[in-house]
Amino acid sequence: MPLFSTGDDPGSSFPELLRRVGLQPPTISGTSTDLMRELGVPHATTCVAVRYVDGVVMAGDRRATAGNLISHRSMEKVVEADRHSGVAIAGAAGPAMEMIRLFQLQLEHYEKVEGSALSLEGKANQLSMMVRGNLQAAMMGMVVVPIFGGYDLRRGCGRLWDYDATGGRYEERDYVATGSGSLHAGTVVKVGFRPDLGRDDAVDLAARALWEAADADSATGGPDALRGIYPVVATIDVDGWSRLDDDDLAARYERIVAEVRSR
Amino acid sequence: MSQPFYVAPEQMMKDRADFARKGIARGRALVAVRYTDGIVIVAENASETLRKVSEIYDRIAFAGVGKYNEFDQLRVAGVRAADLKGFQYSRDDVDARSLANSYAQMLGTIFTHEMKPMEVEILVAEVGLEPAGDQMFHILYDGTVVDERDYAAIGGDAESISARLADTWTDGLDRTAAIELGRNALAGADREIPVEDLEVADLSRANGRRCFQRLDRAELG
Repeated sequence: MPLFSTGDDPGSSFPELLRRVGLQPPTISGTSTDLMRELGVPHATTCVAVRYVDGVVMAGDRRATAGNLISHRSMEKVVEADRHSGVAIAGAAGPAMEMIRLFQLQLEHYEKVEGSALSLEGKANQLSMMVRGNLQAAMMGMVVVPIFGGYDLRRGCGRLWDYDATGGRYEERDYVATGSGSLHAGTVVKVGFRPDLGRDDAVDLAARALWEAADADSATGGPDALRGIYPVVATIDVDGWSRLDDDDLAARYERIVAEVRSR
Repeated sequence: MSQPFYVAPEQMMKDRADFARKGIARGRALVAVRYTDGIVIVAENASETLRKVSEIYDRIAFAGVGKYNEFDQLRVAGVRAADLKGFQYSRDDVDARSLANSYAQMLGTIFTHEMKPMEVEILVAEVGLEPAGDQMFHILYDGTVVDERDYAAIGGDAESISARLADTWTDGLDRTAAIELGRNALAGADREIPVEDLEVADLSRANGRRCFQRLDRAELG
């Protein structure tokens, strides 16, 4: 059981605690970009997030690719960070998933040690530091670029941030897209976005954005009715994180298909 | 140079134990009561910010009586140990028994090696996937561990509170009944504890991954 003296206490930081007890995972460094490519590390792709009147919608496709091959069909890139926030991740799948796990643990650890949850800004800053910590690996081609979204209980609104590989943190007013299909997905959201979007319309818009991204980008997976795999779509509002079930998404995609067919 | 006085080990341990016991007896007690869906912990605590009961991990809660800064230090150490174990292995591998053993080691070492023993008594409770898996460990200032099954009382006057619990506890309680039972056992026959002086937390199988939940004073009525 770890005990620290007063001056040397890691406080409420879980990464700092890991460093103190020597359990910090080793950083990826010292290999060339070409070698990294040969290793065939899977990459996760397109995610979008949209603000609506009561909160935010986050959505991500399920495909991971290694080069030109599909390596996973049912990956979950949009995950609950804690009750009132979520992360969507694009980039090298291994470091990305490890980062999410550490981020979730850090939020929970802080909440338990301090007795109250971090503010939404505080969570966004924490993630920024973690992305920054991955810079070595990013320079070897293992880039991780998350989107962070959540409901700010102090300000009473949904908020969104995106990041660059150096940990740069940018708050977005309306929407954000990341990953290989982000150009297409972002354009769809840009065209369809209105400031008075309700939950239902915002979910439809995010679903449509992923559909168009999958249509034009080979690394983005579309809805897979054959296997029953649909994108992960979740909303975060004052009551917290809630993920849409597959039946709901199946119905929405059927409507999109019908609409595309009737054009 | 002057020789230090010889003190017999028996006498030294007794003095330390008396010192710790005196410190603990000054504070107010708390009880844990098992009910159909989990375990409720009811503490007599006038403060709404300095907690006696808190969350350690998904299915594990911590409760402490005695000196606040000392049991809070133990609480944080427990959160750290549990989170580290969950990170290193998996969430399923974190259990109350090994946590209770670590606490016992730590308290035992402090009792014999430090200038002053910790003036605390703690309770580590874990709610199982099934009622049969519910566990409670009561750890004393000197590292003694006692495992309890249906109810536990720690703090000042714990013996008479335990006796009252033994008389009133039955299998198949619901949450409200369990809280009421705990509250009455804490109070005794000739007084009633006002809601403002209660701190209640629930460790319930029905709460999803994180079983721990604080109950508002408004909810207690």
